[in-house]
Amino acid sequence: MSKPYVTLLGKAIRNIARIRGGGSALPGLFVEKIDPDFIKRTLAQLPHGVVVISGTNGKTTTTKMVVALLESQGMKVFTNRTGSNFTRGVAAALLGEVDNNGNLDSDIAVLELDEAHAVHFVKTISPKYSLLLNVMRDQLDRFGEIDTTAKMLAQIADKTTDMVVLNREDPRVAAIAKNLDDEKVHYFGLDPELTHLFPNDDDMRGAVIKSSKQLQLLKAGVILQSIKDNTAQFLVEGSPFTTTLKLHGIYNIYNAAAALALARCILPIDHDKEKLVKALSEVTPAFGRGETLTINGQPFELVLVKNPSGFRLSLSSFKPEGYQTMIAINDSYADGRDMSWLWDVEFESLRPGGVSVVAGVRAYDMALRLQYDEITMTLVEPNLSTALRQFLASGDQPKRVFCTYTAMLALRRELAKITDVETIS
Amino acid sequence: MNKRSITILQLYPRDMNIYGDWGNTLVLQRRLEWHGYSVNLTEYNPGDSFPDDVDIIVGGGGQDSGQDIIQNDLLAISQNLHKLANDGVPMLVICGLFQLFGKFFKTQDGHIIEGISLLDLETHAGPERLTGNIITENKEFGEIIGYENHSGQTFLGAGVTPLGKVIKGAGNNGQDDSEGARYRNVIATYMHGSLLPKNPAIADFLIDKAVTRKYGEFTPSVIDDRFAEQARNVAVKRPR
Repeated sequence: MSKPYVTLLGKAIRNIARIRGGGSALPGLFVEKIDPDFIKRTLAQLPHGVVVISGTNGKTTTTKMVVALLESQGMKVFTNRTGSNFTRGVAAALLGEVDNNGNLDSDIAVLELDEAHAVHFVKTISPKYSLLLNVMRDQLDRFGEIDTTAKMLAQIADKTTDMVVLNREDPRVAAIAKNLDDEKVHYFGLDPELTHLFPNDDDMRGAVIKSSKQLQLLKAGVILQSIKDNTAQFLVEGSPFTTTLKLHGIYNIYNAAAALALARCILPIDHDKEKLVKALSEVTPAFGRGETLTINGQPFELVLVKNPSGFRLSLSSFKPEGYQTMIAINDSYADGRDMSWLWDVEFESLRPGGVSVVAGVRAYDMALRLQYDEITMTLVEPNLSTALRQFLASGDQPKRVFCTYTAMLALRRELAKITDVETIS
Repeated sequence: MNKRSITILQLYPRDMNIYGDWGNTLVLQRRLEWHGYSVNLTEYNPGDSFPDDVDIIVGGGGQDSGQDIIQNDLLAISQNLHKLANDGVPMLVICGLFQLFGKFFKTQDGHIIEGISLLDLETHAGPERLTGNIITENKEFGEIIGYENHSGQTFLGAGVTPLGKVIKGAGNNGQDDSEGARYRNVIATYMHGSLLPKNPAIADFLIDKAVTRKYGEFTPSVIDDRFAEQARNVAVKRPR
């Protein structure tokens, strides 16, 4: 089949899939099968090349910030906005952007890729820049070991042609630098005062912050210095950089340091710093990453939790006082089938107020977990729709739901019947 | 009167803690408290001096790197562990420590990692990871429900009995229906992380043995295990 036809057909399938309300993967799958070079050929046109962002936690929000930072300096950025971070998602997103001749009107591509798919992706397309965020226990049913995941990130770094931005405070990520040329490596990091807020996977048990001490000898281009309310102060190559943020959660603010470090690698030296600050201050949370809806005149927050470190950080970032809490746990493939991760999260912070509703396919596993942390629960109801209705009727207070990926999708569908919720294509 | 106290020793919690192994320790601690005992929670990490006064030992799974770190240290405390096991001290070892409590682990390239031979079994690196929900059956504990994720294939010798017979899942090696191993009061299994939360009968077995050994008798309290029961009912219906 000739190339323009592939593009046209792919676009047509994408439109049909959208009308049917389907996901982004099907049209991508089509193009991948018929024209495996489609992604490579399309991305090769970009004057500033391809950026890959990977790691366990924070990919979606960080990607959103990087895009905002680059756009603030007038760059045209292509990105896989839908959070479909598999190669097929990239193909599908490209189909939406290219014209009928397959031309992409962008300066640079900033792509969020799941670790395993990133490895596959970089075999065909060498990124010019990569940003590697962290390696935490997650999806071990897919990847087997955390060290396996770290090796995947090392492969991405290896294939990156120009600059690799690494999290200095994550020992498994920082270690990737060993096999790279020094001039290729850039770090973002934390002030020593803040490291206790961001446990890496080795700190999860045993509470020994052994590795991080040495790591701080490495020079980081961007350092998160302090956080007060929603104001963050960074040290960028020695100069202070202060901004307010619409993002909640300390981990999102550390992601801003990652995004800044990457943007500085890409942008020319004389970029407009004020516009950077403004762009960063206006970034809103990615969907399900602490976004706030209004229901019955009260704030209603959705917080996606995917793995123990993410859940721990969410619990410490979103204080329970004044909120009613619901937890929804599913175990579909996208959530992870293995429930053992719930036992690596400590829930004591929820003890004073208790948990109003526990829901989802694995509601009873979650209830069992809370029982052993001696936390009271008002309702345990596996059915998400019933549980949500009960939760909304349960009192006139701000509400917050911690939920796994497919539980969040299901809750959004229910919420869409009551209020405006951003839909995902 | 001072409460009767039980000491739980976590074996290598720093390096062998993958897949929510903390859950097992937490369940033992809480159930002991609910049964009316106070709990002394201690850790043993490489290089520490091995404590004399131990009532229950819990050890978890590790990544290959974690196993490399603890392997020599484990050989050094082998005598202590043998003595305690033969003295009836209840132990729970999961995944990586299950393997290293055996005779050896043979890697893909034929390299032999020596274990402490407390359990009569050997493990060979397998061609694929055996991962998914698993159900086994045991006369004493009923259905044992958990999740397995291992690439080693373990074969039991005559000196141990299987912990359970596989109903659904792969088990020790995917070939002979056996899962885990049992020697005296030592329980070894590939069901990681949340073995004890969903299998309170095994938790109470370990507690019973520890308390009886130390105080001569154990009178359990009634614990509300309805969530465990409901979680079990859901787990058996989930896909592999």
